[in-house]
Amino acid sequence: MTDLTPAAPLSNAWQNWYRFSRNPTAVIGALIVLLCITLAILAPLITPYPEHAGSFVDFRNRHQPPSWQHLFGTDNVGRDNFTRVIFGLRVSLALAFVVLIIAVPFGAVLGLLAGYYGGWTEIVIMRLTDIALAIPPLVMALAVAAVAAPSLFNAMLAISALWWTWHTRLIYSITRQIRSQEFVEAAETLGASKAHILFREILPNCVSALAVKVSLDAGFVILIGASLSFLGLGIQPPTADLGTMVAAGAEYLPDYWWESMLPAAAILFVALGFNLLGDGLRDMFDVEDVR
Amino acid sequence: MSLLSVENLSISFTTYGRTTEVLHGVSLAIPAGAQMALVGESGSGKSVTMKAIMGLLPMPPARITAGRILFDGTDLLTMRERDRLALRGTAMSMVFQDPMSSLNPVWTVGDQLSTILKYADRRLARDRDRKGRWARVLEVLAQVRMREPERVAGSFPIMLSGGMRQRVLIAMALLSQPRLLIADEPGTALDVTTQAQILKLLKDLVTDQKLALLMITHNLGVVRETAAYTYVMHKGRIVEQGETAALFDAPQQQYTRDLIAAVPRLTGRA
Amino acid sequence: MEFAAFLVRRVMWSLLVLVGLSVVIFLIARVVPGDPARMALGPTATQDQVADLQEKLGLNLPLIQQYGLFLGGLAQGELGRSLLTEQSVNDDISETFPATLELVLFTILIAFTFGVPLGVAAARWKDRWPDNLVRAIAILSAVMPSFFIALLLQVLAGYVLQILPTTGRLPRDMEFQASVTGLLIIDGLLAGRLDVVGQALRHLLLPSIALALATMGQIARITRASMIDVSRQDYIEAARAFGIPDRVRLFKYQLRPAFVPPLTILGLEFASLIGGAFVVELIFSWPGMAAYGIRAITQKDLNAIMGVVMVSGAFFVVVNLVIDVLVGIVDPRIRIRGRRA
Repeated sequence: MTDLTPAAPLSNAWQNWYRFSRNPTAVIGALIVLLCITLAILAPLITPYPEHAGSFVDFRNRHQPPSWQHLFGTDNVGRDNFTRVIFGLRVSLALAFVVLIIAVPFGAVLGLLAGYYGGWTEIVIMRLTDIALAIPPLVMALAVAAVAAPSLFNAMLAISALWWTWHTRLIYSITRQIRSQEFVEAAETLGASKAHILFREILPNCVSALAVKVSLDAGFVILIGASLSFLGLGIQPPTADLGTMVAAGAEYLPDYWWESMLPAAAILFVALGFNLLGDGLRDMFDVEDVR
Repeated sequence: MSLLSVENLSISFTTYGRTTEVLHGVSLAIPAGAQMALVGESGSGKSVTMKAIMGLLPMPPARITAGRILFDGTDLLTMRERDRLALRGTAMSMVFQDPMSSLNPVWTVGDQLSTILKYADRRLARDRDRKGRWARVLEVLAQVRMREPERVAGSFPIMLSGGMRQRVLIAMALLSQPRLLIADEPGTALDVTTQAQILKLLKDLVTDQKLALLMITHNLGVVRETAAYTYVMHKGRIVEQGETAALFDAPQQQYTRDLIAAVPRLTGRA
Repeated sequence: MEFAAFLVRRVMWSLLVLVGLSVVIFLIARVVPGDPARMALGPTATQDQVADLQEKLGLNLPLIQQYGLFLGGLAQGELGRSLLTEQSVNDDISETFPATLELVLFTILIAFTFGVPLGVAAARWKDRWPDNLVRAIAILSAVMPSFFIALLLQVLAGYVLQILPTTGRLPRDMEFQASVTGLLIIDGLLAGRLDVVGQALRHLLLPSIALALATMGQIARITRASMIDVSRQDYIEAARAFGIPDRVRLFKYQLRPAFVPPLTILGLEFASLIGGAFVVELIFSWPGMAAYGIRAITQKDLNAIMGVVMVSGAFFVVVNLVIDVLVGIVDPRIRIRGRRA
């Protein structure tokens, strides 16, 4: 049947911004992300006890509940939790950044190639992707941690090694859809080089979906990283890390609840920010297939 | 008296804060057993009219600003919802446009037909058990000239050809012995030969069962074959109406003339 | 029938994926820097001891040959010997896997039974409070790390309210051997021991909820989106035009076509479910494969780890295969054409 509603107004940058700012949760998400990034970058400058971020002991001040001197209380050796949470945030964000910087371009290029060239390229790449997807990221990280020493580097390696698959899949499906459209054919007929077609014609159309995915991914990578260090496979003490803090603090539940609950809340906070931001971007760009 | 009579219907739509009048004082009358057509290009308002008659307009964005729709003398617009529902799909039935998308892909044809019949019976307080319903389903499938009604009833829509699916849609409309059949662009999703078959089927059925038919279309060729009387719509208004043959031979309005002239001709015949 | 062909193809691909998986795992084990033998024995081992172990593990053979041995062993279902317990990894895993299986199955049950209705409700009352509530739940459950939920639940239900047990599968004093399937609920029913079934359920509850929450949120979201998509289809409009009552329309006509995306998502989510199981099993002292895997890691038990990873991967592949079959049953278009219409 014929559509009875008039067409929605055309999109452009201003319209997008308008739609984004109208969405309260999206704005909240963006603010949270901004806040976390700022805190992470300025960590040494703004935290009350920056020296507590590493190894430091003050046994007289162990297990102090939250107070004005120690906003988040102190942990089992007397270090200020608030400082350590901020530094832990820094580590989490750095982890997300590194993983995505590696995984996204790698995955996107693979997806482009698979979607554009088809044939054997497509089959090989997509089957590889299927295999990689069959391994739960956590399990992969476990395996890596098992054979190499547990460390931040190895954790990042493990996660990146699997993360690109999501982006390959995403870019692949978009490329396939776009590939058959006319402007690609036009570019081909006009003799544009393959590189040009891939990067200047197809890729820009993927940007909105990518932006949404990257934003959502940042949250998930942080969660996985936290789970890894919770299990003892990520960053090793005494470096401040949210996951290890929760694990260490879990022993003292429910009495010294602040030692594990507050870092956990911080993880939730930053993941929430990225999630809301990603959702907001998704609504703004009106992208459908991104999870 | 007409079976269906639309009197001075005006409808407005409100979206994104803007209100637009889409129908301006549309009037048409369909006597029982008559075969009529409502013609117009896309955006002329013919779909809105059709939906208004069937009661399928989403009422928040749409609003009836004036007019009445009388079926058998009663105004549909002021009727109780329950009574209106009792008419829909029973006395007043619709043949949908796109056979591919109008059939539920995950249920068999027979299942869909008997479900519709089950709830139609309920609305009409007619007592019929499952066997009786199934018999009626097969009967109707035979009416639309399916060679193997049993097999079709047990098939999923994806297993049938386009022409067969369209015939299923017609069968759907005929289940409860309606008195008015509204056909929405019948056969436009099909190739020309199949479309011709469908139209012939439609015409035969309507004549045999003495149904009133309102055909909504933008295809003038179709109109000449099947409708005795035609209404021409443009920008939400009826701009011309009359007996089909007369209308085609001597159109009064410029728009009608343009519409007729726009039909590509293979021969010199009018 | 075309469906059979579709199935066969999927099974072939699954096998291929499993082989690929074995290659990846093998490579990780052998290629990543570090000497497995030394790591297993610890820094205090002498050179001789290390050399001995290397010989025993076949670490001195060419890589391809090692892989061949590995694959051959796998094909026979042999996962090697645990470096530490000297027991067959097979035995270790078959002891612990049923616990993980029961946990995961129960989790999926919860996630689906609650996730789908929530999604349907959210779609039905779109943009009104049920929708917003469901979306809030979905987002919150997606961002909470599973250990957080697990810890919270443990504290709340176990210590504060004291209503549900927080460790293990059965009370310490209850004796029962799960001999048939390894799943306490089924075996308990089969043996007529309803007390076992009851306790097993009580112990399952907290860990499953902790694990299920995130997946439930995702399923609710996808169901919502899928139901909304379907509601825009012509055939739903047609159903309305023919007077099909709202409730029938919703559950019979809309739900079934909309059911495929949630099923597919479940398949994908399974990977993170397995990952989450590791955390949850640790926190709730659940005697499952994940806990075994973690012990294996801290003790650098190479064969055990590879066994766990391989079984996890295989689990994932099998589950996705089952889901493919289910999808084919739900949507005849896929069954008949082998792909979406």
